Amino acid sequence: MAAIAHDHAHDDHGALHHQFENIEQQNDSYIVGMWTFLVTEVMFFGALFFIYTLYRSMYQMDWYLAHEELDVTLGGINTVVLLISSWTVAMAVRFAQLKNRKMVILNLLVTLGCAFTFLVIKAFEYAAKFEHHLFPGPTFGSVPSHLNGANSNYAQLFYGLYFGMTGLHAVHILVGVLVISALTYLWVRKADSVMKDYIPTELVGLYWHFVDLVWIFLFPLMYLMPKPH
Amino acid sequence: MPFNFPLQPPRASSFADQHDALFYTLCILTVLFTAIVGFGVIFFAIKYKKGSPADRSRPIYEDLRLELTWTIIPLIMGLGIFYWGASLFVTMRVPPKDAQEIYVIGKQWMWHVQHSNGVRENNTLHVPVGKPVKLTMISQDVIHAFYIPAFRAQMHVVPGRYTTMWFTATQAGKYHLFCSMYCGTQHSEMGGTVVALEPKEWAEWIANGGQSTVPMTLEQSGQKLYNSLACNNCHGVKDTVKGPSLMNIYNSRRRMSNGETVLADDAYLRESILRPHNRLTAGYGQEMPEYQGQITEEDVIKLVAFMKNLGMPTTGLPVSGTDREAAVTAGSKGSMSPLATNAIQYQQFSERQPDATATDRKKDLSVNAIAAQQGGAGN
Amino acid sequence: MSAIPVDKPVADLPNGHPAETNYINEFGGLKSWLLTGDHKRIAMLYLISVTFFFFLGSVAAALIRWELTAPAGVVMESDTYNKVFSSHGVLMVFTFLVVAIPAVFGNFFLPIMIGARDMAFPRLNLLSWYLYVGGGILILLGMINGGVDGGWTFYTPYSSMYSNSNVTLVLTGIFIVGFSSITTGINFIVTTHKMRAPGMTWFRLPLFVWANYATAVVIMLGTPVVAITLLLVVFERAFKLPIFNPELGGDPVLFQHLFWFYSHPAVYIMILPAFGIISELISNFARKRVFGYHFIAFSTLAIAGLGFLVWGHHMFISSQSMYQGIVFSLISFLVAVPSAIKVFNWTATLYKANIRLQSPMLYALGFIGLFTVGGLTGLFLGSMGTDVHLTATYFVVAHFHYVMVGGTMSAFLGGLHYWWPKMTGRLYPESIAKVNALIVFLGFNLTFFPQFIVGWLGMPRRYHYYYLAPEYQVYHVMSTLGSSFLGLGFILPAFYLTKSLINGRKASANPWGAHGLEWEIPSPPPTTNFLQIPIVLDEVYDFDPVTEYELDRAQQALEGHHYDGMMDQDDESAHRVEQGEK
Repeated sequence: MAAIAHDHAHDDHGALHHQFENIEQQNDSYIVGMWTFLVTEVMFFGALFFIYTLYRSMYQMDWYLAHEELDVTLGGINTVVLLISSWTVAMAVRFAQLKNRKMVILNLLVTLGCAFTFLVIKAFEYAAKFEHHLFPGPTFGSVPSHLNGANSNYAQLFYGLYFGMTGLHAVHILVGVLVISALTYLWVRKADSVMKDYIPTELVGLYWHFVDLVWIFLFPLMYLMPKPH
Repeated sequence: MPFNFPLQPPRASSFADQHDALFYTLCILTVLFTAIVGFGVIFFAIKYKKGSPADRSRPIYEDLRLELTWTIIPLIMGLGIFYWGASLFVTMRVPPKDAQEIYVIGKQWMWHVQHSNGVRENNTLHVPVGKPVKLTMISQDVIHAFYIPAFRAQMHVVPGRYTTMWFTATQAGKYHLFCSMYCGTQHSEMGGTVVALEPKEWAEWIANGGQSTVPMTLEQSGQKLYNSLACNNCHGVKDTVKGPSLMNIYNSRRRMSNGETVLADDAYLRESILRPHNRLTAGYGQEMPEYQGQITEEDVIKLVAFMKNLGMPTTGLPVSGTDREAAVTAGSKGSMSPLATNAIQYQQFSERQPDATATDRKKDLSVNAIAAQQGGAGN
Repeated sequence: MSAIPVDKPVADLPNGHPAETNYINEFGGLKSWLLTGDHKRIAMLYLISVTFFFFLGSVAAALIRWELTAPAGVVMESDTYNKVFSSHGVLMVFTFLVVAIPAVFGNFFLPIMIGARDMAFPRLNLLSWYLYVGGGILILLGMINGGVDGGWTFYTPYSSMYSNSNVTLVLTGIFIVGFSSITTGINFIVTTHKMRAPGMTWFRLPLFVWANYATAVVIMLGTPVVAITLLLVVFERAFKLPIFNPELGGDPVLFQHLFWFYSHPAVYIMILPAFGIISELISNFARKRVFGYHFIAFSTLAIAGLGFLVWGHHMFISSQSMYQGIVFSLISFLVAVPSAIKVFNWTATLYKANIRLQSPMLYALGFIGLFTVGGLTGLFLGSMGTDVHLTATYFVVAHFHYVMVGGTMSAFLGGLHYWWPKMTGRLYPESIAKVNALIVFLGFNLTFFPQFIVGWLGMPRRYHYYYLAPEYQVYHVMSTLGSSFLGLGFILPAFYLTKSLINGRKASANPWGAHGLEWEIPSPPPTTNFLQIPIVLDEVYDFDPVTEYELDRAQQALEGHHYDGMMDQDDESAHRVEQGEK
């Protein structure tokens, strides 16, 4: 926070909003704001991770058996896809700082592509689960072979959390898709708000990294369970 | 409305004394600190009111010693209370090995109690005085809580797992039992009575399959029957449209509808129950149903024995078996408040109809309470 | 310096004459209010909406008290009563207590107190309000559609599997209100960190800012947890997703852990801003910097931090392990200490002060007494042995009403009266306000003190009927009588404050002679708060008691016994000159 505002020429940064004294204060505020928001997201998902940890420790074997139904290959592909998307969104932020519009758009489009791929793969996974009656509800477990010998009740708990957590994550991916699309649109239209100010791109990038990070935890916890002794 | 101000619950378990010692200590601390702060505020507000000639030189804005003093002293007191409370809790949590087991099932909206020898009861819990009792509890639906204020004992009753609590009753008597976790519509009616019995009575009670240990007198049996047949629906303290009063009926002279006067002796009473239409009291028709074939001669003898004692004492209120029992419990000389009637009614109802739902209970209770208030105590 | 638009009207002149254009009249039309980014307008929007929800919650309270005058009820069936008390809790906790002080006074004064023009994110602030109203409307819809039961705590499996009421609708509404809270919290944190004026160091901040900052941190860390928990209950009901279902091996007590992980810090969300107001009131009406400023600031942070570690003291008899309970009880006694420090510090502030007993100060002093009782009765509940008997009884109800109503509500009313001239530019009738403070204090005690007794006797809370124990009636009748007075104490300000908007005397920039950046700008303030961002050189609450005493004597000589401690417009400039010389 500078005590005395600099008198910038207004073409090397974006519009200064009226509540801020200078562009450093504005940029800092947005970044701190996004980080604060991400902390709330950590607490939001954190509660679910806590519930997961509790139940898994109580029903280790049944959950291991139930989880065998998950497709590790598809999950692995999704993990790689998201990691690539994190890389491309980071590149987009860098190119935004360098004011290289074409590269920004390219990287954002690849990010979007990865996000769509993730969602499509997820849709296939979910479809398979619905078909095998593994979505919680009255028909759960009516095809016992897909329970792999797990206790039906505890397996239903597992799937309840599986759908709850990956579903919530997918919702966040979807929101990310919308926001990145909007951002891409602004870049395509050469809007001042993004061309002159890299902060919006940075904020979107931060959000996207967080969404990726949640998946990095979800994947091993759900898909890569070791066999309990 | 009674104008008594009860200020403490009965002390009826071994926990109660320990609990109350801590409770009253906390009360004293609360009063003490509130007084210190309150006095400080008021005193300063007066002494240092704007424009008052008090000395304001060298005001204090920070004083580490003072701050530490009123940090450390409350901290130490707090830790002391914590330790005391935690030890008391541990005592309350760990039952003795020889505790007698009783099982409790909570469900919307009643308590079902099972003693280990098979005796069952609903909304009532009989326990012995002086012997530790451990309750093992589970719910059939939602979370309830078993709460006996007089024992200072309370514990959640959870579906899917057993929870336990224990206590040792120290005083014979009847105490409130409440459900204290919101569980739906009739949460506030899901209560009953805890009955602590002296060891000898307890032994008889449990051995007799949960029946009252003292065999009832003829009069008491008659009263029970009188209530279950709902005679008071028509026969109140005073004559009603539906039926004449039965107060002081025995050996009174009664006027009949055909003009004659008869003596209400045992035979008369028997006939007026079994075949009331043979001789109708003046002013009444054939509203009363005939009980011939509905009740046994033994029942008639009990009813007559009861009716013989329906009379007015000097205090002006009718006396019946109920009143006598209440007089012993409430310590009064024969008069009884309508609200005490309620409580007795309630207990009797539970004994009569242990499987009644809370709705049935409330209806019966309300009906009797209204009758009691209109016609005085004692039905 | 930032450019000063030349077409802006002249702001407050140094001699204290009010500006002609202010945040209220600068932009007209409903749209300018509903699409505003001005933190002051948003604060006023919040004031109107929280008052509305408070009124609804109070109606529910009145119904409860009426119904409890007789052991077998008066006018309601149990189903209705159960929904009424649940609505009272939901409305008061989620749409009033958590929101009111931060969203009204925090929004209005946080930027001004730190010397900023607005919050860091004005549009997010407006979104906050819309989320609040939207969530609140959903909650109301749930109530109109037949109500909700289960208490405001929604324990499973009753709420997730058994209740036939509008649980999903109301929980969704609460979820949305939770996000309103979170966005406000984000704004407060960023604003406090990044937008303080030059010279406004952390230890020159008014304690109200510290309080709102700590509250924002609690909001940020706690609210998401309850949001996801309530969402899971909605999923259990709507999609049969089994999380807390014991029949499937789920754990109903897990809900309690997750719920109280937020809901205990939530009570600190409700009380910390109130503490902030009290520090402002005590300092300014005693004309003396609060005693132990640093201890109060740090104790605020301590409460915020420790407050996250005590949730299990709501669950001693829930079947959680004895050892868990012992840890929670221990930390509960630790978290009590910082509150005690504050109470002692406020009392010590009065020593060698120059106290004026205007209505905001009356509320503040009442707060100290009532909060002390409320806080100390919390110890009965934090101590495990006594909690076994007292939990789930009216003792708990009395305890939390002492801290929430005797505490938070007193502070709210005190702040409302204190800052009313600043926010609206009008003075309200002080003598009625003083009487009202007394009515609130006495009515409150008569309402809730008997509840300590009836709870100790064993009456459970959330009971419609108590014919099983009719001996409790006398205390309920007392309580209902008290609640009539308390209700009067809440209704009267609605009238005299509203009336002041119509024909109240115009307020100067600093009618109280208080210290703080908000008192150096006009009443009501201009939209951009400051003509130029101040450079802060004063310490906070920069009063010298001896000087203040002399000022009081001089003023008393002028006005005689009429002198009530309020600063007249002409003398205010003398006061400001005095301050400028330091």
